[in-house]
Amino acid sequence: MISIDIEKRLKTYNGQQLLKIVRQFPMGSITKIYGPSGVGKTTLLKIIAGFTKPEKGLITIEDVTWLDTASKTFVPPQKRMVGFVFQDYALFPNMTALEHLEYATKDKEWIDRLLKIGKLESLTTHKPEHLSGGQQQRLAILRALAIKPKLLLMDEPFSAIDPEMKTVLIAELKTLFDELGTTVLIVSHNPQELDGLANAELIIH
Amino acid sequence: MDITPIWLTLKLAGITTLLLLAIGLPLAWWLSKGRSFFKIIIEAIITMPLVLPPSVLGFYLLLAFSPQHGVGKWLQQTFNVQFVFSFQGLVLASVIYSMPFMIGPIKSALQQLPVSLSHASYSLGKTKWQTFIKVLAPNIKPSLLTAIVLTFAHTLGEFGVVLMIGGNIPGVTRVASIAVYDSVEQMDYAAANVYSLILFAITFVLVIAVFIFNKYQLKSPLE
Repeated sequence: MISIDIEKRLKTYNGQQLLKIVRQFPMGSITKIYGPSGVGKTTLLKIIAGFTKPEKGLITIEDVTWLDTASKTFVPPQKRMVGFVFQDYALFPNMTALEHLEYATKDKEWIDRLLKIGKLESLTTHKPEHLSGGQQQRLAILRALAIKPKLLLMDEPFSAIDPEMKTVLIAELKTLFDELGTTVLIVSHNPQELDGLANAELIIH
Repeated sequence: MDITPIWLTLKLAGITTLLLLAIGLPLAWWLSKGRSFFKIIIEAIITMPLVLPPSVLGFYLLLAFSPQHGVGKWLQQTFNVQFVFSFQGLVLASVIYSMPFMIGPIKSALQQLPVSLSHASYSLGKTKWQTFIKVLAPNIKPSLLTAIVLTFAHTLGEFGVVLMIGGNIPGVTRVASIAVYDSVEQMDYAAANVYSLILFAITFVLVIAVFIFNKYQLKSPLE
């Protein structure tokens, strides 16, 4: 079980706003997160990954405390090993598609399988600037999966992928998540696209 | 004509650039992350040589490292090292004097990289150092080259600081810029011209090389 109880003040266009989330996510569940822009969906993912800290909060994953502001416990992102798909992809401009995956894992078989899932086998020597938006986004998903994460956080992961590819990819990912037992939180502005994938939802207002 | 000042200048510029690369990379990285009052003070100190007359910097270095008192005396007695009127003194002065030319471009380039690049690397379990070496540094290559060339070229042209702390000892501290001044003082315009032309040619070639390299790197890798 992943247990989250956090409070963070967000600076918004209209002044300050409080992001308060109290929620438990069963291990292996796939949750879609949606709500209006600027309510803190991305911030929630960043807090869970350890990229930013809330003013108050407690995050535990299977009885291991990642964050406890009361006891000043903070596990750095490097130790959390959370798969993260960034909204801006955050691909490394100096690395080819294959190098992205090799940077994350040394498991050649796993890399080959991921490349097949993302339909990027023929583009392994291409750097991000020579990939289309959809290909870049698929690479970002594959890189996050390369570490076989127990927890995967995805921020608008399918926004640039064409509908046909999206359907195939989501089906492949569902199989993969089941196999790895990955718990997944997906932020999306288009929650309907995740109907076949997600089995829970979190609406942030 | 004595060619030693040219070799001495190139040696000084080479050593200074290498030392500043080793010091400047981690320092620029540290300065690029967040702002605190302490960092602002450090950055101001690093930037001072840009606005301070070189003779002022040289004067204070001369006082600080004088073997008669303070740090200079301690270094002389403990390690038998003397910075005043020695080549190592020139290196020390050059490192301080050229530091903003190494730190500035690197820090600025690192600040322009999206923070999500570091985050992505951390999420894969990579340390800050691995992230810096494998992700950040390779993506600021043009700025890194600019910093290296600017530092090297700026050290070639040093005069005031070098003269104050090193004096004009042939074969030890008499670098090309001082040799030009010295030749003119002695009315040897031919020698001054040769030294000047060599310095001009080296710096011109270096600057042209940077412009050519950066012309092909104009498009940001993040576009």
